[in-house]
Amino acid sequence: MTDLPHSPEQPVVAAKTSRWKTFLKSDIVWSYRHSPVTIVASIVALVLILMAVFAPWLAPYDPFNPATLNLMDGFTAPNSNSFGGRYFILGTDNQGRDVLSTIMYGSRVSLFVGFSATLFAMVMGVGLGLVAGYLGGIWDAIIMRVADVQLSFPAILIALLIFGVARGLIPPNQQESAAIWVLILAIGLANWAQFARTVRGATMVERQKDYVSAARILGVNPFIILLRHVLPNVMGPVLVIGTIGLALAIIEEATLSYLGVGVPPTQPSLGTLIRIGQQFLFSGEWWILLFPAVTLVLLALSVNLLGDWLRDALNPKLR
Amino acid sequence: MQTSLTRIAAVLVASTMLAGVAQAETVRWARSSDALTLDPHSQNQGVTHTFAHHIYETLLGRDVEGNLTPRLATEWSIKEGDDTVWVFKLREGVKFHDGADFTAEDVVFSLDRARSEGSNMKQLHAEVAEVRAVDDYTVEVQMVGPSPLYPNNVTNTFMMDKTWSEANNVQEVQDFAAGETNYAVLNTNGTGPYELTSREVDVRSVLTYNEDWWGETPAVTEIVYLPIADNATRIAALLSGDVDIVQDVPVQDIERLQNSAGFKVETGPENRVIYFGYKFGEEPLRSSNITDSNPFNNPLVREAMELALDRDAIQQVVMRGNSIPTGVATPPFVNGWTEELDQYPAPNVERAKELLAEAGYPDGFSVTLDTPNNRYVNDEAISTAFVGMLGQIGIDATLASRPIAEHSPVILGGETDLYLLGWGVPTFDSAYIFNDLVHSKTDTHGTYNVGGYSNPELDEKIISLGTETDLDKRNQTIAEIWEVVKGDRVLLPVHNQVLAYAMREDITLPVHPENQPSMTTVEFAE
Repeated sequence: MTDLPHSPEQPVVAAKTSRWKTFLKSDIVWSYRHSPVTIVASIVALVLILMAVFAPWLAPYDPFNPATLNLMDGFTAPNSNSFGGRYFILGTDNQGRDVLSTIMYGSRVSLFVGFSATLFAMVMGVGLGLVAGYLGGIWDAIIMRVADVQLSFPAILIALLIFGVARGLIPPNQQESAAIWVLILAIGLANWAQFARTVRGATMVERQKDYVSAARILGVNPFIILLRHVLPNVMGPVLVIGTIGLALAIIEEATLSYLGVGVPPTQPSLGTLIRIGQQFLFSGEWWILLFPAVTLVLLALSVNLLGDWLRDALNPKLR
Repeated sequence: MQTSLTRIAAVLVASTMLAGVAQAETVRWARSSDALTLDPHSQNQGVTHTFAHHIYETLLGRDVEGNLTPRLATEWSIKEGDDTVWVFKLREGVKFHDGADFTAEDVVFSLDRARSEGSNMKQLHAEVAEVRAVDDYTVEVQMVGPSPLYPNNVTNTFMMDKTWSEANNVQEVQDFAAGETNYAVLNTNGTGPYELTSREVDVRSVLTYNEDWWGETPAVTEIVYLPIADNATRIAALLSGDVDIVQDVPVQDIERLQNSAGFKVETGPENRVIYFGYKFGEEPLRSSNITDSNPFNNPLVREAMELALDRDAIQQVVMRGNSIPTGVATPPFVNGWTEELDQYPAPNVERAKELLAEAGYPDGFSVTLDTPNNRYVNDEAISTAFVGMLGQIGIDATLASRPIAEHSPVILGGETDLYLLGWGVPTFDSAYIFNDLVHSKTDTHGTYNVGGYSNPELDEKIISLGTETDLDKRNQTIAEIWEVVKGDRVLLPVHNQVLAYAMREDITLPVHPENQPSMTTVEFAE
């Protein structure tokens, strides 16, 4: 009798273990374990993301706090001490900011903008795609023509346009605090169309299927049908586009910041750092450009490789 | 490997130089931007004027020391018996590019055009009442009162041909801000040393020597003008031999170019001061957490901010030695500058914190600093550094960095609490600074008194400078005004800019204090 309270728990534990085991035996895990490139990419991405997330605890200096900066530390070469006697493993930039710390904090900005913008694009694109695919007719025509028009322009051009318009609408004294949100809005709005296209196609296929018809005959609210029945079945490709979109969003943020229209220069993202460093290439201070650029390349490349792998793993036809 | 590379580089450089000497008469001149328009009175802007000076000419010029020199006028003086009239004697035998003679009626037409409603040059001629042609080669300018320094104002006002202007319907100045265009925007007819032979806006313009020019034949007979916006690309073009002279050299590249075989850099002080300005008045700041008072209105706060500013560190790190730190908002070229005014205090963070506490802000305050990022040498980097320095005394500044085209409206609209600006002084006289930066804001004065500083006593003195004919007395008043401006810390000057021109080693082009070099002054080494 003493072991009675345990007995109801047993099956639950068993189910969990078996679900985990099933997952480990699944095609996805199999393809992951047999793709060394993906393993390396995921480790690199994880390290960079952790480095960014835990920057306030890991970084040797706080480059976003102007009070801790000393201008006379500027242009210190990597692995050396500044005039002030402080040590900088990757050197300092023109303002005396530690390049390593600035990269860690800068990746935070880049990743935050990248994730938020992709999420925004995903929610918007999936929502509109579901509506277009499920309702069809005039709604489909309007949404998809807008998407077509947008897809015919490079995303960065649209992001610049949205950024400019948004900046024009915000009063000058609030522009700096709003800059990061405007950036997310601009990149998000520039990238929703791919999601909408994919989801629309998948939804059109799903709505012909019997389970949807059955739900409809039962009188289920179309909104519930879309959310509970159709959505889970179209999410596979969305995740793939989302991962690749994340890499693109990070690059777009870097491009905008490189062009000088992104976040304030006192809180540099990777793109801002590259813009600053680019001025000093000829004069020999290569480290200001090189380290942020390498970080950006590694980040974008590893996320992109993960996206590619996910696409292959989820697409039975490519196997 | 290293040596063979160096050898190849040396051979390449030598061959470019040989090629250069063979066609010594053409100079390829790169700048960061193009002239905004060729209508001579449409934009009072340095780059535009510099280009126009090669095609059009002014009554008077300015040499590299900043002295007035004769140009289309050979003599200028106050009329005997009437100190409200300036008399200009014109150079005889001068012809426009289309062959027409240059006479007094062209001067009357041009000055009237330059002071017309739509002109961007009109503030320089605000004291002119009437321009009269006495004979073909004498012009009288009737001022509203005695204006002893008026000739300083004509060095960027170009002379056009009346007949040509009427024939091409360009009597009215192009309204640049409204996006208007006219025949004179792309076509020219000046008296200058070069004629425009081709023009692709923002890409390439070609000027060829005007055989009929009155001056001594210059060494350069053809100019290819190439705007290259990107700093690195511009310098790369010089190093690869695609251009011969680069006018806008980033400070970080000066040292490297000086050390590169086959190239040299000429540096010299520019007639331009870089400063920070405050919002004055009782009204609380727009961007601050202090909502019941304006910290900048308190002289103790302004003193604390001056003590936070480490001018020498900015000079050494941000400007790499290429600036002249200063304690007064005027360049040394200007009448009224003294060594004593130029002194500035050593930074003192502890004292600055005490002053802030004394002023009633022991925890500091927050504020937004507005800065341009493409107008002055390293403008954004200077402001970023200042944000750090302010942080050390507890002032939490947010940097709002914008291109000058966006920065200007914010500044001129009075929507700023703290800002960076540069001020050039084309008249080489302190009155120009006082009129625009210190005098209370009115229709005619205080255009760039963005913070709304107002001191009626100073206003009166500033106005008196315009008509004071006793120069000693006038200089005395200027000294008095500077004493108050500096003592009151109306502006927070940082430094005077230093200009750098980079060029092929066999070329000599001296730095012009107004950053308006003339290709007629180029010399080639044998």
